[in-house]
Amino acid sequence: MENFIISMIIAATPLLLAAMGELVTERSGVLNLGVEGMMLMGAVVSFAVANSTGSSTLGIACGAGAGLTMALIFSVIALSLLANQAATGLALTIFGIGASGLIGQSFVGIALDPLPKLAIPALSDSTAFGRILLGHDAMVYLALALAGGVAWFLSNTRGGLALRAVGDNHDSGHALGYNVIAIRYLATMFGGACAGLGGAYLSLAYTPMWAENMTAGRGWIALALVVFATWKPWRLVAGAYLFAAVTQLQFYGQDWGLPVASQFLAMAPYVATILALVIISRDVNLTKANAPACIGRPFRAER
Amino acid sequence: MIRKLALAAAGLMLAATAQAADLKIGFVYVGPVGDFGWSYQHDQGRLAVEKEFGDRVETTYVESVPEGPDAERVIRQLAASGHGLIFTTSFGYMDPTLKIAKMFPKVKFEHATGYKRAKNLSTYSARFYEGRHVIGTIAGMMTKTKKIGYIASVPIPEVVRGINSATLAARKIDPSITVQVIWVNSWYDPGKEADAAKALISNGADVIMQHTDSPAGLQAAENAGVYAFGQASDMIKFAPTHQLTAITDNWAPYYIERTKAVLDGTWESTNTWGGIAAGEVKMAPFTNMPDDVKAAAKKAVADIASGAVHPFAGPIKDRDGVERVAAGAVADDGMLLGMNWFVEGVLGDLPK
Repeated sequence: MENFIISMIIAATPLLLAAMGELVTERSGVLNLGVEGMMLMGAVVSFAVANSTGSSTLGIACGAGAGLTMALIFSVIALSLLANQAATGLALTIFGIGASGLIGQSFVGIALDPLPKLAIPALSDSTAFGRILLGHDAMVYLALALAGGVAWFLSNTRGGLALRAVGDNHDSGHALGYNVIAIRYLATMFGGACAGLGGAYLSLAYTPMWAENMTAGRGWIALALVVFATWKPWRLVAGAYLFAAVTQLQFYGQDWGLPVASQFLAMAPYVATILALVIISRDVNLTKANAPACIGRPFRAER
Repeated sequence: MIRKLALAAAGLMLAATAQAADLKIGFVYVGPVGDFGWSYQHDQGRLAVEKEFGDRVETTYVESVPEGPDAERVIRQLAASGHGLIFTTSFGYMDPTLKIAKMFPKVKFEHATGYKRAKNLSTYSARFYEGRHVIGTIAGMMTKTKKIGYIASVPIPEVVRGINSATLAARKIDPSITVQVIWVNSWYDPGKEADAAKALISNGADVIMQHTDSPAGLQAAENAGVYAFGQASDMIKFAPTHQLTAITDNWAPYYIERTKAVLDGTWESTNTWGGIAAGEVKMAPFTNMPDDVKAAAKKAVADIASGAVHPFAGPIKDRDGVERVAAGAVADDGMLLGMNWFVEGVLGDLPK
């Protein structure tokens, strides 16, 4: 059971990182569907840098930078050139998948040591409580700190207020004097950096190697999780852990001999997400009230 | 003026014929060449063909083609664009390949691990279960907890065969050994494979086998200090202190032979199922094991190559106690190709 919880926490981390960034992006009114591509670019660049320089920290930073760069490309096309955001995001995903495969060609077949786990002697090894909560690598705690930071930023700061205003009604925001495009640029780049961090976690800690398409759809899951969480940060944390738990159940369930077919267990995380979405969106008005009203709509200053 | 044009035209035609190859060969892969496993080994076969025949052949490959309607589109495109020989390298390409083969009778098709044939469609596979017998023997001697973990992909006869072969071999060493199977329901998903390996290890398995295509499970085993086997390629770089060996697929001899047959005009639809003896299945160097285990492994390889030992020699009972192979007999190819039952000692469900 203890190993199950540990696996769940590790599995939730890349989802949490990418989804938290996407949450900020979507709250500012930008629909960036390119999460999968950004995660993959983050994964390949962080692996390449960590492999070449020997420093995982530099690798993680460069992975975040790669995601940020991808988001910048998206921002120029979708925010400045006013292209359709959904189409641009999808194109970004496809571009990211291909570009990461190309960059990663010379890094196939190389293995790295995983990120070091924080070891607080006496505490982190001896008790189950210690092992579950304390023995993880730094990025697990970074993801949780990020969740707290985003929640605090959105609800308790002027900057967060401006971001939410721009996402809910960009015309009013513009009339108030906020630079809508600049705020959206920053939010999208932050989302890209977080997706890059999520990808870096995959290639440096989760399975410390580079394999083409190694995110295997996690970017899309992150997008779904943002909607599942009705754009609220703490609900996103709960959603990410729930999804990771049901995903791990796929393996531990078979090991424990649960009398459920393995294909059903494989399907379970997605079914759970759909069920939760159905429950959350029972009330159409409530859903509308929660979504950023201007999401996906291009902004062009009237005056 | 006309003379200049005629000379130019002649020059172009000469250049074109000088570059045109005798045979264009297409390869369709189910995963990326960068998986360092199944598709990677097929591509090594392709490179061997290029090396052997030089300018006489021109090869094309399409990777990461999902099994389904996309596969049909890709195969049709290869057939329609002048390729004379097409290799489709996954079980799920069986129906699309057959359909396109019927539409392009002049093009020759080779389908890996399938069972449907036509006048211009051959099938080929390798007797990986012979390799599984060897690793089962090794695992049987190396396990201390008497539990072996098996990361399985999809419930098709080939995978079931591999599980059964390994289990039979391990239980010959010690009848108390059990093999726990976890289905990942995918051929290639590094994250899931690593998770499955961790789940198996946390439940007591101390040797991990896999029938999935990436080195992630092996790497997870190395990080947990547990022995494991590579799949399709020698993955020693991912587990330098814990990989025991790997079952490597060696498609080069078969691909070269079939290309030669097409170039010579002697190509015929056949079913080829080569194993250790034919060189299609090779074991990676035996590492990280004591000498007596190494000797037993080498003996197992030699016995299979010579035919002295058959991995499915009777008596074999399935999990419900029904006797499938009588004492003194061996399972025939028909039973092997349609195997959908587990032998005693396998834990985990078998989806029908």
